[in-house]
Amino acid sequence: MEIKRIALIGNPNTGKSSVFNHLTGLNQTVGNFPGVTVDKKTGTTDLPSGKKIEVLDLPGIYSIFPRSKDERIVLEVLKNKQDPNHPDAVVVIADASNLKRNLLLFTQVYDVGLPMVLVLTMNDIAMQKSMRLDIAALQQELNDVEIICVNGRTGEGIAELKKAVESVKTDTNRRKFGSIKLEELALDKAAQSADAQQRFSVIKQLLHKVNHQQGQHAISDATLKLDKILVHPIFGYAIFIGVLLLVFQCIFSIASYPMEWIDGTFLRLSQWAQQLMPAGIFTDLVSQGIIPGIGGVVVFVPQIALLFFFMAILEETGYMSRVVFIMDKLVRPFGLNGKSVVPLMSSVACAIPGIMAARTISSWKDRIITIMVAPLMSCSARIPVYTLLIALVIPNTIAFGFFNLQGLVLFMLYSLGLVSALLVAAVMKYLIKSNDRSFLIMELPSYKRPRWGHVLLSIWEKVRIFIFDAGKVILAISILLWALASYGPSQRTQDALALIEQPTASNGITEQDYERQINAVKLENSYIGILGKTIEPAIEPLGFDWKIGISLITSFAAREVFVGSMATIYSVNEDFENDNSLMNRLRDEINPKTGKPVYTLAAGVSLMIFYVYAMQCMATLAIVKRETKSWKWPLIQLAYMGALAYLAALLAFNILN
Amino acid sequence: MSATLKSYKPGQKGTIKHIAPSDLTPKLIEMGMHGGMQVTMLYAAPMGDPIAVDVGGYMLSLRLDEADLVIMESEDK
Repeated sequence: MEIKRIALIGNPNTGKSSVFNHLTGLNQTVGNFPGVTVDKKTGTTDLPSGKKIEVLDLPGIYSIFPRSKDERIVLEVLKNKQDPNHPDAVVVIADASNLKRNLLLFTQVYDVGLPMVLVLTMNDIAMQKSMRLDIAALQQELNDVEIICVNGRTGEGIAELKKAVESVKTDTNRRKFGSIKLEELALDKAAQSADAQQRFSVIKQLLHKVNHQQGQHAISDATLKLDKILVHPIFGYAIFIGVLLLVFQCIFSIASYPMEWIDGTFLRLSQWAQQLMPAGIFTDLVSQGIIPGIGGVVVFVPQIALLFFFMAILEETGYMSRVVFIMDKLVRPFGLNGKSVVPLMSSVACAIPGIMAARTISSWKDRIITIMVAPLMSCSARIPVYTLLIALVIPNTIAFGFFNLQGLVLFMLYSLGLVSALLVAAVMKYLIKSNDRSFLIMELPSYKRPRWGHVLLSIWEKVRIFIFDAGKVILAISILLWALASYGPSQRTQDALALIEQPTASNGITEQDYERQINAVKLENSYIGILGKTIEPAIEPLGFDWKIGISLITSFAAREVFVGSMATIYSVNEDFENDNSLMNRLRDEINPKTGKPVYTLAAGVSLMIFYVYAMQCMATLAIVKRETKSWKWPLIQLAYMGALAYLAALLAFNILN
Repeated sequence: MSATLKSYKPGQKGTIKHIAPSDLTPKLIEMGMHGGMQVTMLYAAPMGDPIAVDVGGYMLSLRLDEADLVIMESEDK
């Protein structure tokens, strides 16, 4: 039989991804398994004969019996010969320092009956001696499966592995480790327990025969000493908060430079396209729809890359699981899991990497709840909106003796987001039905130095998923938003444009003012403008007028677009920090119906609260769709956050008015 | 009735008798918590839950609910 595809299978933290990376290099692609949320990682590798074969990296599992929907895929792929991902041979990766537990999965896969190779990963070959593991004797016992030792860090042994794959025994008529058929076990938990217990006694005998003795204390003293500090009741939390602060400082101080550069570059690209191409709808589509749309995707990349840089380091060193360990009890009453903490904290920078980070949560229900509430954490895109509105309606005075009132309001907006996320999670705990029981049976790996190759690959993988998977949806929606904002009933726009005074030498209207007024009129009479006016009766009880309505719709592209839209509608410069014209225009704005200012304290606070809750970010919706593999969850999210935003803003406006 | 791992103090060692039947039983066994295995309670998280144990030379964290499923051999033998 010819080997065209091999699958890697092994426990988490065994060096499986190291073996995969050594085999495939950067020849990796991420795809989908139908119906599950885990990604399918595949790559290609060259065998010694020069033949190219496909390598499939199956998700890390401890047993072939699925504990969740996502784990089901492994048994399916291995058992079902009709499955498009069914491999011709399997490489089981086992950690040599924890052989007994790792061999359980090996015996299960062995019983499936596919041609196979067993890889023992070890950090250095010297370890082999200290464990007194007699590989030759073990090979004798498992005579029909070739054993290869691989050093995950250096890649030593990969060449031998390729040779072994090429010459793998395809006759798989084996004696079996287990007594019962795997199919019969898949649904019966008691039988699974008995089967696992029986397999362990066989493994024990096997290891006894080859004279293998597990080290007396394989957990290093360094790990135990570090844990004394890192899970300490006081230092543990203090260090975690310190790490968070450091990460956010870095993200905000570093990411803003590439983000500004990307913004500027795409702006220049748009202008350049506008000038170079013949005027017309197609040019407008490219320069105002497609280029800014792509820019709107790329601008998230620095934050995603930086956040995953830090996350990968925390994960690689083993610190992340300690964070999970000390936070689990605190967040459990809210239907969350220790593993939800980092995704939620990351969402303060941006919900997109936060939601992608929720992948580490093994319980499906805990993961969905985390994804659903993550966008309630106030992200960095809300900062420009908050800053503008706070400066507009909150007086810059001192409250309670020493707090700056504006700063206090900003703090309260962030707290509101956090508290709401926890409360919504607690409610969803009761609403979402699931058969999977939440658990935290989790390995606490020993502390290690990060492998930089893994860190870089992890960043690349996340960025690629965002750009190519979520990017498509984001681009499509931004083109739609552009079309709605650029076009309107033509007669209506023509009539309105005719009323604008042309700049002449005598009337003092500058070319810039004229341009701004034209843009304002175009937006007002576009389909989005008409939409903004149509929803005015619905948002009036919140204290908003149609101009805010337009900005609410356009900021669906991204929340910070709010400021730009307001500037366009009021036809002023949008740099409100250096130029007070937008501020002054907003302050002078009078509601024609009541004759009072539009931007009262009540309306301003109502608008801020609306922004705390509303799901105004198509990029987040696109990534939720990507991560849950269905439109159901992003739509529920859009609806519940919209309803919360409306009710909370209504309440705030009526209390303050 | 035998004690469960839940009642163990940091530093206390013991041998697993068996895992009480539940949804999580196969999961615990697969993670190495099977009958006859030596376990050492290492430490608890700051709020007393979850706990970290040494099972066969690697570290595992368990919630107290989960530790309560691990039935231990009585100590004096």
